[in-house]
Amino acid sequence: MTQPTLFDLIGTGPNGWGPALLTGAIMTVLIAISGFAIGAAIGALGAWAKISGGPVLRGIASTYTTILRGIPDLLVIYLFYFGGSSVVTAVGRWFGAEGFIGFPGFLAGALAVGITSGAQQTEVFRGAFKAVHAGEIEAAIACGMSRFLCFRRIIAPLTLRHALPGMGNVWQVTLKESALVSVTGVVELLRQAQIGAGSTGMPFDFYAIAAVIYLAISTVSGGLLQLGEKRASRGVRRA
Amino acid sequence: MDFPFLYETFLTLIAALPLTLQLAATAIAFGAILALGLALCRISGILPLDWFARLYIFIFRGSPLLVQIFLIYYGLGQFREVRHSMFWFILRDPYWCAVIALMLNTAAYAAEIIRGGLLSVPHGQVEAARSCGMSPFMVFRRITLPLAVRQALPAYSNEMISMVKATSLASIITIMEVTGVAAKLISETFRAIEVFVVAGFIYLAINFVLTRLVAFVEYRLSPHMRQPAPLSAATVAGEIR
Repeated sequence: MTQPTLFDLIGTGPNGWGPALLTGAIMTVLIAISGFAIGAAIGALGAWAKISGGPVLRGIASTYTTILRGIPDLLVIYLFYFGGSSVVTAVGRWFGAEGFIGFPGFLAGALAVGITSGAQQTEVFRGAFKAVHAGEIEAAIACGMSRFLCFRRIIAPLTLRHALPGMGNVWQVTLKESALVSVTGVVELLRQAQIGAGSTGMPFDFYAIAAVIYLAISTVSGGLLQLGEKRASRGVRRA
Repeated sequence: MDFPFLYETFLTLIAALPLTLQLAATAIAFGAILALGLALCRISGILPLDWFARLYIFIFRGSPLLVQIFLIYYGLGQFREVRHSMFWFILRDPYWCAVIALMLNTAAYAAEIIRGGLLSVPHGQVEAARSCGMSPFMVFRRITLPLAVRQALPAYSNEMISMVKATSLASIITIMEVTGVAAKLISETFRAIEVFVVAGFIYLAINFVLTRLVAFVEYRLSPHMRQPAPLSAATVAGEIR
């Protein structure tokens, strides 16, 4: 058997891994997006708890961010994957199921990635809210807006404007973190590259292709985020 | 809470702590040297060097560390030239592959931090040093570098913490550091939550000590920003006499 060339590997021919790698890349983006969205929801709640929560809520939020920013992401993924499986197994036994029930890897991965990125986004949102001028909020109240209306029209858009650069950083981290989900057996980009490397004996080519795809995803999404930043800060005068 | 189990887990995991610390320390130390070189390339003004450093930083910051580890540990062995080279005894060892990958990765992040530090050195300080007749190398050694290190330290401590966390990825290429042992324990006992709590506690403790150490170094490096210490009674008495 002759060694397939790099173009054979990424193509769609008989030796081609192109479609498989593409599916893997889509899976990676899906995991990263779900993780990021979960993280954004947690981050918004966490920032709210830190800004206007009582001592208990603030304590919980700061314990959460301290812990999640201080321990490796891989451990969190293991916790969700194995811990989730043991919880599901226990629940299954309740209902009379026999043996071990696995926790879906995608769910475990998205939750784990979401919870770690939530800790980072809490800090991003908190910082962004602090950057909103008190005068803007006062003006909204003076116009007679209700608290919800003020949040929707004034606080949320302005916070988003200040938060977007930080969120962009968190997104890049989340995207790279999604590679760790491959340990749970979810066939995302890295796992697909591992499979390809195993069955062709060409690990360097496959991991290099994976690296290039990751670079492409992060470059494209970085560009999109920059467009978003531009749009969110239209009406801001730059010196 | 099953305290005997937690205690036993703690003893098992703490035995793997030296390996985690060793990985982190080696990678950070080598990475810092490489990062300084890259940062100097970036600010050198020599276009090829600048572009090389930019490309390096783009690649290593844009792709996941795990891919880099796999590329070095599994990928390089694909080439016969590598397998027959004198470096093979290093590159076939998972420990050194992990160290190399971590080092190359942290260098990319640290280079930008150090560059920021170097650029933040006030121009006046450099001018003053030059007008004292210092050679460019001496200006760098005595003035630019110490001030840059002081400036970069807070950001650098973040990078050190993420390196400590990143050592956990070494467990995927069979290195039994804290996370590796924890994963083994979890799959043996199926008690993910207890093992996770203990392992998480160990990492938190490392990072806590690390931040305290950096804060101490920062304090020592910025005597000019502190209030002068009040004269103690003994010195005052000594001066009077």
